[in-house]
Amino acid sequence: MTLTAEPQVTVATHCPYCALQCGMSVSGTTVAPRQFPANGGGLCQKGWTSGSLLTSPARLTSPLVRVDGELVPAGWDDALDLIARRLTEIQGEHGADAAALFGGGGLTNEKCYLLGKFARVALGTSQVDYNGRFCMSSAAAAGNRAFGLDRGMPFPLTDLAEADAVLLVGANPAETMPPFMQHLRRAIDTRGLIVVDPRRTPTAEQAGLHLAPAPGTDMALAMGILHAVVADGLLDQSYVDERTRDFDAMWRIVARWWPERVERVTGVSAEDQRCAAERLAKARNAYILTARGTEQHASGSDTVSAWINLALALGLPGRAGSGYGCLTGQGNGQGGREHGQKADQLPGYRKIDDPAAREHVAGVWGVPAESLPGPGRSAYELLDALGTETGPRALLVFGSNVVVSAPRSSHVAERLAALDLLVVADLVLSETAAMADVVLPVTQWAEEDGTMTNLEGRVLLRRKAIDPPAGVRTDLDVLNGLATRLGQPGERFPVDAETVFTELRAASKGGLADYSGVSYDRLRAGEALYWPVPDVEHPGTPRMFLDRFAHADGRARFAPVEHRGPAEAPDAEFPLQATTGRVLQHYQSGAQTRLVAELNDVVPEAYVEVHPDTAARHGLAHGDIACVRSRRGETTARVHCVPSMRPDVVFLPFHFAGDGRANLLTNPALDPTSRMPEFKVCAVNLSGGDS
Amino acid sequence: MSPRKVVVLGYGMAGARLADEIRRRDPQGDLVSLTVIGEEAHAAYNRVLLSAVLAGSMRPDTVRLHETGWATEHGVDLRTSVTAVRIDRDGRQVKLSDGSTVDYDALVLATGAKPWLPPVEGLVQDDGTPARGVVAFRTLDDCDRILDAAKVGAPVAVLGGGLLGLEAARGLAGRGNLVTVVHPAGHVMERQLDAGAGQVLARSLAEHGIDFRLGTGAARYLPGDGLKLDDGSKVHADLVVVSAGVRAETGLAVDAGLEVDRGIVIDDALRTSDGRIHAIGDCAQHPGTVSGLVEPAWQQAAVLAGLLTGTDVAGRYRGTQVVTKLKARGVDLTAIGDAHAEVGDASAEVLCLTDPTRGRYTKLVIREDRVAGAIMLGAPDAAATITQLYDRGVPVPTDRLAVLLGRALPSGASAASSPADLPGSAVVCRCNSVTKARLVEAFRDGATDVTELASVTRATTGCGSCRDAVCGIADWLATTA
Repeated sequence: MTLTAEPQVTVATHCPYCALQCGMSVSGTTVAPRQFPANGGGLCQKGWTSGSLLTSPARLTSPLVRVDGELVPAGWDDALDLIARRLTEIQGEHGADAAALFGGGGLTNEKCYLLGKFARVALGTSQVDYNGRFCMSSAAAAGNRAFGLDRGMPFPLTDLAEADAVLLVGANPAETMPPFMQHLRRAIDTRGLIVVDPRRTPTAEQAGLHLAPAPGTDMALAMGILHAVVADGLLDQSYVDERTRDFDAMWRIVARWWPERVERVTGVSAEDQRCAAERLAKARNAYILTARGTEQHASGSDTVSAWINLALALGLPGRAGSGYGCLTGQGNGQGGREHGQKADQLPGYRKIDDPAAREHVAGVWGVPAESLPGPGRSAYELLDALGTETGPRALLVFGSNVVVSAPRSSHVAERLAALDLLVVADLVLSETAAMADVVLPVTQWAEEDGTMTNLEGRVLLRRKAIDPPAGVRTDLDVLNGLATRLGQPGERFPVDAETVFTELRAASKGGLADYSGVSYDRLRAGEALYWPVPDVEHPGTPRMFLDRFAHADGRARFAPVEHRGPAEAPDAEFPLQATTGRVLQHYQSGAQTRLVAELNDVVPEAYVEVHPDTAARHGLAHGDIACVRSRRGETTARVHCVPSMRPDVVFLPFHFAGDGRANLLTNPALDPTSRMPEFKVCAVNLSGGDS
Repeated sequence: MSPRKVVVLGYGMAGARLADEIRRRDPQGDLVSLTVIGEEAHAAYNRVLLSAVLAGSMRPDTVRLHETGWATEHGVDLRTSVTAVRIDRDGRQVKLSDGSTVDYDALVLATGAKPWLPPVEGLVQDDGTPARGVVAFRTLDDCDRILDAAKVGAPVAVLGGGLLGLEAARGLAGRGNLVTVVHPAGHVMERQLDAGAGQVLARSLAEHGIDFRLGTGAARYLPGDGLKLDDGSKVHADLVVVSAGVRAETGLAVDAGLEVDRGIVIDDALRTSDGRIHAIGDCAQHPGTVSGLVEPAWQQAAVLAGLLTGTDVAGRYRGTQVVTKLKARGVDLTAIGDAHAEVGDASAEVLCLTDPTRGRYTKLVIREDRVAGAIMLGAPDAAATITQLYDRGVPVPTDRLAVLLGRALPSGASAASSPADLPGSAVVCRCNSVTKARLVEAFRDGATDVTELASVTRATTGCGSCRDAVCGIADWLATTA
């Protein structure tokens, strides 16, 4: 008998990387793009090569336990027993909050949900947060403040195709989510794409108008454009009267930011500000979209509020064919912030300090509401507290590589090292996993089922296409294994994704992000379900706010915010400003993409973009190794001379490990509302690599 | 401990800002009990925006700095329509025009400046106020008067070709008035501009319908008729708007025996010659700044608020770098520092470019590799960039010409250039790192159209912006194969 290969099953699924969640087909370990509205049959290089990680030799296939300083393979039972025993000991000695969890915005809804439940129920700790704090938390805070609800894009992505003006603020989708650009084609062709970015990025190059503010001055720019809207008679007065509140209080501040004054602060000419105001106001369909560039600041929430103020003054939000949105970054950046892995949240985008929310969720979980802990520390504060007198002694990390992605990363590494127990679940030995006491090998996207909520609030089903390698378990399985060892009934922590989702639906019911009407069956049938979906007959909500906003009175709020500028100003010792960001070939901390040869060959190492004059003044030439220093640390990077850079600004991508970590430099000054660190601007100096 | 009694004389841009800054540091009034005395009846307004009111793009209530109820909400004892008539330094008391008195621990003079009316026969009445048909352009009430008097199409003379005079002229011309600017100097804005720039500016403004009479002053005002000039000519005008400069309002300070020069003399702690009395804004004279601009007044207010509330006792005001922007629709002018050095000046590097037909004049004065002065007319991008270089003390990039011209235009569309000229290593599809060489190779291997090239190389499958370029390469290869 001849053995014939089984016919390969082709599974329709979605890309493992960013929030665009491009439709792709997986056949074995081969991926191909498929027609799906978000990507229209396109894929970027990251997506095309994503299959190679399924068979990567770097893949972990056995738990690792640190013995005499070395990570050595261990059996699953031994590893889980060890973790459970240590957690019990540590919590017994130091209290429930001595154990902490750190999640990720790339995890499926089911994992995010179960992580939050595991923290509150199995560990009884308030100390749970996730890397979404470093992602879109500022936009979420501002969206909640303005609209009473935060859904990144409260309209289908494909609506953008009809826009003749789009203002992209601190977004570089031509690199971060290339297939997204097809939706801007009309705006690009009519020169209606306006890009706000201190750098001339590939996205800015496609813009009809590129506004390049000095880093950290975006809020002033937003106010200058809004001032021009009012001064030039472009205010949508009837919209302001009928659909908003608090315009006057906001205007008293913006009135002081006339375009000429804003020009002096931002470096964007008054004329360009007026031009932007006019293009947006005169467009038939216009959108304002923000992303990390304007959000990752210690004043990030207020800055996004300033952009939303502009959108409201133009009458864009809640109108078909126009709007405000945030381009969420991580694969499940939207769903990840809705289902309870955030320190102050319960599933359904509920607040953990809301008695009714606690009652509802505790009911679903079958525990008394008073047993649920209150709000805990936000991501950076949590990392900062690790191993301190009052902070957690044990940390479990799922789907995050904080040693590379958190600000002031040398300090974060010190805090991790001070823990009594660090457990990391990952598919490869990330830089954070390499520091762990126990490493758990887990499945990746094509090896498991789960739902993701993409940047437009559409719930997607990612299906299992292949079996995982032997020795690898799902995160859900890991949580179940730990929970039962901690004395929880097994059925409280299901290992089957659909079962977890069914419970998530009930937990989210009645919340702002209501998933109760979403089912795997409906998703399998190809329904396009945008939350809220309050019951199984409900068609979903592709466009929100058309009739009213989510505040009790139905009106959106202008926010009276004031420009503050960067938390750390340049001075004689650190005269330059560094800004950080992304490149096309890498995703987040690079833990995955640096292992894909096809990607890593294109961008193999850390680099710093510098104006050629600035490089020359520091005795550096293109291709030299430079040392970039801030008050918090120094990083080593290869010099790329870029004439379009401002002479007083340098740029570093943050995807690289070791001495090349851009986050060795960044400032952990936090936004008072969102607790977002100031990734996008800090004061640095530059010198030759040998000095 | 009872809060410190701070009394601010003046509820204009400086006084109102000081009140804001104090309450920002002391929201509950624990540190400072605050009294503000304002002469005008209405709430403080933003003087900078008056030219927008004049131009009709803003309503008077839009330029108010505070909402009704601001004073109550922030615990400020605000008294309007009243003036201070005397300062009793020994008794630390201010006497007001309504007969009442206010005690102070610290007094702040923010009395601003009054328009200067040039000695032109008939321009001023015996009581010192402007004659009928003459309005100084300084207050919101002045705006009302001008708008009342200047019916659409009516001829208006503007006396004074400085920054504010030109803004008023542009605003009125935009409303449909026939405007003539009378200015005694040889060119407009001579304080900030050299002659070349002044000429290009006048020419640009002329295109917006403004006439100029330069190098001659007004000799006589003829009510209902207009102005007779020093050179004997006449300017017909239903209304004369005077914008010939201002004089610091120093009367109270003089009477109180404080040191006064052109303005009330202050040190870096914003103190007058009496340590309990401070002065900020247009009434004050600090060696590090010129008067008449809002930025110095606001910076002074911030420093003084730190001092008065004790929240930043080390704060000092060291002066303000001057950047002047003309706010006139359709004309973009920035003047920075001192730009009067001539091309050929041995002590500086001076670059200058004149393009009068297109209303452009750019001049850059560089000393020790830093911007010392600049005039940027009709070059908004360059102006914005050079202002940043100046404010931040950043060395001027070596490509001086690029700096002078402003932002480089995006390079021409690559699709237009021939694919044959493209080097093989050129990346055509960024999203998938596909080079021209790879496309050529795929074509030779049989992928001869865009769809096939896409499926073999993945080019065009990302953002799609390289589709035209890939088509071009396929067409070029088809014709050369």
